[in-house]
Amino acid sequence: MSAIIEVQHVSFVYPDETNPDKKVLKDVSLSIEEGSFVAVLGHNGSGKSTLAKLLNAIHKPTSGTILVDGMDTSDPSKLLSIRSTVGMVFQNPDNQIVASVVEEDVAFAPENLGVPPAEIRTRVDEALTMVGMYEFREHAPHLLSGGQKQRVAIAGVIAMRPRCIVLDESTAMLDPIGRREILHTARHLNEAYGMTVVLITHHMEEAAQASRLIVMSEGEIIADGPPREVFSHVEQLRSFGLSSPETVQLLYELQHEGILVPLDAITDEECAQVLVQLLR
Amino acid sequence: MALRDITLGQYFPGTSLIHRLDPRAKLLFSLLYIVALFTAKSPLSYLVTFVVLALGILISRLRLSVFLKGLKPIMIIVILTAIMNLFFTRGGDTLWSFGFLHITENGVSMAVYMMLRIIMLLLMTLLLTYTTSPLMLTDGLDRLLSPLKHFKVPVHDFTMIMSIALRFIPTLIQETDKIMSAQKARGADFESGNLIQRAKALVPILIPLFISAFRRAEELSVAMDCRCFHDGQNRTRLRQLKFTANDAILLMFAVLLCVAIILMRRFGI
Repeated sequence: MSAIIEVQHVSFVYPDETNPDKKVLKDVSLSIEEGSFVAVLGHNGSGKSTLAKLLNAIHKPTSGTILVDGMDTSDPSKLLSIRSTVGMVFQNPDNQIVASVVEEDVAFAPENLGVPPAEIRTRVDEALTMVGMYEFREHAPHLLSGGQKQRVAIAGVIAMRPRCIVLDESTAMLDPIGRREILHTARHLNEAYGMTVVLITHHMEEAAQASRLIVMSEGEIIADGPPREVFSHVEQLRSFGLSSPETVQLLYELQHEGILVPLDAITDEECAQVLVQLLR
Repeated sequence: MALRDITLGQYFPGTSLIHRLDPRAKLLFSLLYIVALFTAKSPLSYLVTFVVLALGILISRLRLSVFLKGLKPIMIIVILTAIMNLFFTRGGDTLWSFGFLHITENGVSMAVYMMLRIIMLLLMTLLLTYTTSPLMLTDGLDRLLSPLKHFKVPVHDFTMIMSIALRFIPTLIQETDKIMSAQKARGADFESGNLIQRAKALVPILIPLFISAFRRAEELSVAMDCRCFHDGQNRTRLRQLKFTANDAILLMFAVLLCVAIILMRRFGI
């Protein structure tokens, strides 16, 4: 597999920041493989959202380079191709929807890109089907639930046919049902269509569903690997003020009491099985 | 009046003949209708404009109640206009007078006609926005105004602003409702006191509303950038506007209506 996004020694200082030492990102390097499902976990102010906004050239790196499918995000002539390769979904669905009818909103990006009308129709139908909102295509967005609105926002991005989709805290404002809808949609896009998904979140349980987990703190990457592995370093996470999912924590406490259990059981079922085996 | 009752700028999706008409034709029709409305003078010409409006509402197959609802917030302006006309129009027999106030025969008819005019004007506008999606409406406007592009008028920017404003009306209304409930929970009182006290009570609603509107605007602009929004060059549309025979008939009808009303005024029918 080849990398779709290459982040090379990137540092970032907000342009209106007077103190040049106040870096939001400090010499970050990483590469994201095409077709992978990556979660970026961190506290508020850890730089995770800033990193997301660098990936499709909303911000340009202060130093270092970011390559999206080989295109440098600092190159203004590549702007539209970069943004249609890496689609971005934000936190508040209300502030992303431009039109008053679902399908007209989904058509917004392809219209901007100058796609012929007949193809816009195909793309809109396809995108709405992919997020399971096809039957709502003629509805008014403000009458939909939070999760449904956010799925419309995702469809609006998918209609550009991006190869990578970045969900920047897209579940943060939703209720548990909406959150589940969005995660399900993200996994579906990744598994069924091979789309690269970058999930920015501060929920451990959501991050645990990715195939790769990057943990950030104060502008630096402090852990990178499969969630099972990352979460099993309970002490290390604690020293950065982060915690593992409750399942891992339970096992960790047991281990602390001298009971031999593995730490890589993330889901409730896995954890239950470990406990059942222990009791036998 | 609950805020939810404001239906201005709303669109009710449907498949009626009126829904399917080209937005350009509907915009031009509305414009000509307004011209006719303000030319109309005699009771008969008012009746003609009213019949046209009633037909439109009938064909749209929308419930009459949504039109009445849309009319409600503007009623105060209608009544004020009527009162002004009632007292300050001179001419004809004086029916009643008290100090500097006089009600004349002309005043009464002027008040009634003005009221009818504003109500019909508003109903026609509602019919237009109820049956045309905001995007179609702005699309139509965009095309109609496109000759102005040669004079460096940023037509596309204007129409984009308009469609976003329309899109955010329901969102901001929902938000106002939320803020009002939050302030009420903190003991704010919006219902009692004189006019000045009530106006003052609105400040704690307007300030959070404005701040949030600015925040929304900022987030929306980033989201639009992410979806490749740019100056409007080479933009295509999901729905192509098609000017059909029906649209041509509608326009011919509008011109006829205008001519008829003008002739009626000319010959005092």
